[in-house]
Amino acid sequence: MSSGIEAQVLQPYKYGFVTDIEADVVPPGLSEDVIRLISAKKGEPEWMLEWRLKAYRNWLKMPEPHWSNVTYGPIDYQGISYYAAPKQRPKLESLDQVDPKLIETFEKLGIPIEERKRLAGVAVDAVFDSVSVATTFRETLAQQGIIFCAISEAIREHPDLVRKYLGSVVPHNDNFFAALNSAVFTDGSFAYIPKGVRCPLELSTYFRINASSTGQFERTLIVAEEGSYVSYLEGCSAPVRDENQLHAAVVELVALDDATIKYSTIQNWYPGDEEGRGGIYNFVTKRGACRGKNSKISWTQVETGSAITWKYPGCILQGDNSIGEFYSVAVTNQRQQADTGTKMIHLGKNTRSTIVSKGISAGRGQNTYRGLVKILKGADHARNYSQCDSMLIGDKCGAHTFPYIDVRNSTAIMEHEASTSKIGEDQIFYAKQRGVSAEDAVSMIVNGFCKEVFKELPMEFAVEAQRLLGISLEGSVG
Amino acid sequence: MTLLQIKNLRASVEGREILQGVDLTVNTGEVHAIMGPNGSGKSTLAQVLAGHPAYTVTAGSALYEGKDLFAMTPEERAREGVFLAFQYPVAIRGITNAYFLRSAVNAIRKHRGTEELGPVEFMDALEEKLKVIGWDDSYLSRPVNEGFSGGEKKRNEILQLAVLEPKLAILDETDSGLDIDALKTVARTVEKLRRPDNATVMVTHYYRILTHIQPDFVHVLAAGRIVKSGGKELAQELEEKGYDWIREPAAVA
Ligand SMILES: Nc1ncnc2c1ncn2[C@@H]1O[C@H](COP(=O)(O)OP(=O)(O)OP(=O)(O)O)[C@@H](O)[C@H]1O
Ligand SMILES: [Mg+2]
Repeated sequence: MSSGIEAQVLQPYKYGFVTDIEADVVPPGLSEDVIRLISAKKGEPEWMLEWRLKAYRNWLKMPEPHWSNVTYGPIDYQGISYYAAPKQRPKLESLDQVDPKLIETFEKLGIPIEERKRLAGVAVDAVFDSVSVATTFRETLAQQGIIFCAISEAIREHPDLVRKYLGSVVPHNDNFFAALNSAVFTDGSFAYIPKGVRCPLELSTYFRINASSTGQFERTLIVAEEGSYVSYLEGCSAPVRDENQLHAAVVELVALDDATIKYSTIQNWYPGDEEGRGGIYNFVTKRGACRGKNSKISWTQVETGSAITWKYPGCILQGDNSIGEFYSVAVTNQRQQADTGTKMIHLGKNTRSTIVSKGISAGRGQNTYRGLVKILKGADHARNYSQCDSMLIGDKCGAHTFPYIDVRNSTAIMEHEASTSKIGEDQIFYAKQRGVSAEDAVSMIVNGFCKEVFKELPMEFAVEAQRLLGISLEGSVG
Repeated sequence: MTLLQIKNLRASVEGREILQGVDLTVNTGEVHAIMGPNGSGKSTLAQVLAGHPAYTVTAGSALYEGKDLFAMTPEERAREGVFLAFQYPVAIRGITNAYFLRSAVNAIRKHRGTEELGPVEFMDALEEKLKVIGWDDSYLSRPVNEGFSGGEKKRNEILQLAVLEPKLAILDETDSGLDIDALKTVARTVEKLRRPDNATVMVTHYYRILTHIQPDFVHVLAAGRIVKSGGKELAQELEEKGYDWIREPAAVA
């Protein structure tokens, strides 16, 4: 079978380069002093520092969670540097002052930030290690009262808004990794869509880890006021390194009456090599609150990278008639492990949630879907539809499904479908016998399998997602 | 012209030698029938010619259009005109029959340096072929062989054969499991595709199909070797006497 599916002719990770740039890196280690230092570097107000310290003190008392279906060696939290920034801090007002190396880096990643090369229709916040280096189209957005900037800037410039919503969806003591993030988060994006405004551009943040021995702890907060709409997309990548790097992010979304937030992720952190050396530990807490009636939050994720993914973007459906959606494609190849899914908490009446999860395992990858649907007492006539499909490529990988359901209201309607399929050697041979290459056969099958999720992505990114999927599965068949 | 020349072919699967010295020459314009008892190695021969990775060639050679067939990858063989209609066609979820067929056609067209077909052009070209096998469009939007009945899978192989128009068609029991009408359809399709520049090798257990398709040669494969060859009258003889009378002399030798 050596010529078969197991044969791993590995395609190198295409985003694995390192940018040689002088960085201001805080020595490894975590303490109250380090947190004070980060807060000072960011020029934060006192209340922010206090919040961080509270989170830190809580974190110290929390055990690292190990209930997920992934295995990894101990993480040395004192061996990580919690702040790294390119030395020459650009002035955010003018792109001319951004280090050309940074502009070049993002351009190589397909994220042009220079005025004349920008992606039409997409405003980008580019985050490099611990800082945001540029945000495009700010003026265009500002004309409609939309705020889109780095969160560190929002803390300084819009403290009332940040203070009102930060931690209101994911409290600083929510879980171990969220608490850690709350203590040390460095940058991330802030978006605020005022009442009745339909954001004319896709908002997008691109996260790039560059420095070694650092962690990335970004924090994103999106607030959609009454009747507003926004579509937001995040992308990410990191250099190839032998060490494991920790990425513990928190994303909070707040949708008020009749507001809609569409949040899409294309996650392509370095996955590690075929032996499982290196790669990003991606421990992320993402949660959206449908606070208002008729509000809607829709999560779409395409997870192809990271050595370990631990993430459950969820929705708290508070407002009556609110809607939560989760569309996910998670790929694990080589030695990657993913434990991902969603939490839909129904509180309001007539709330609806839809879950479509597609897990693809190849190589020695392990893919777990873990989802919770909770219908609380007052949530009359709540509905959930869940569909969890797994696809296996080869026979050394695994797929696992843990759907938890907790229904406390007898008017709830729950539907659940699940399937597992396998791309076997015989299918590949059949395609080859008709002249179709193995790569094309797999990509046909996989894209067909993921169609329902890809159609949820903004057009500009659906193509990118398909391409990425092709790359991360390259070499998974003979 | 010689299309395929197999010499002393030995092949094994999971360490067991199944083909034990097969010799066979197929010229363009010919139809060969291969018959033989269950488990004698007929499908193994077909799979080896197509390049299935589970089988290992341990000795011998096969020249296809003068080139070393075993040096080519399965997809190269297919693109060069080798087609295998599988005894057990494989189902592929997530790809429609139409998409799969078009991918195959375009892979071959690309290889030949001709322009690839878009979905609309392709459907136009397909219309006529569909009629031949008596199908409507609904089969095209279904996943490849998924949920197809045994006979429908065989018909699907014939559809692919008709669309791809190979130089060397190897049909592995394509006539098994077909109703009488479908059998005639298969026979008609194969007859229609018969040209002076191509050839067909059909593995079959039934004399019946050979009354529709007139083979030029009939071979008996037993215990991994061709033990007897003849004209179409050999098929009739087998129909009456079975295989024992052929096997015996081999056992003595
Ligand atoms: N992939 C395989 N693994 C193990 N044994 C195999 C495999 N393929 C074929 N064999 C064995 O090789 C022998 C020949 O099988 P083959 O399928 O070629 O027979 P056949 O002549 O086509 O029979 P039938 O008329 O029943 O289709 C059988 O004993 C079979 O069990
Ligand atoms: Mg057979």
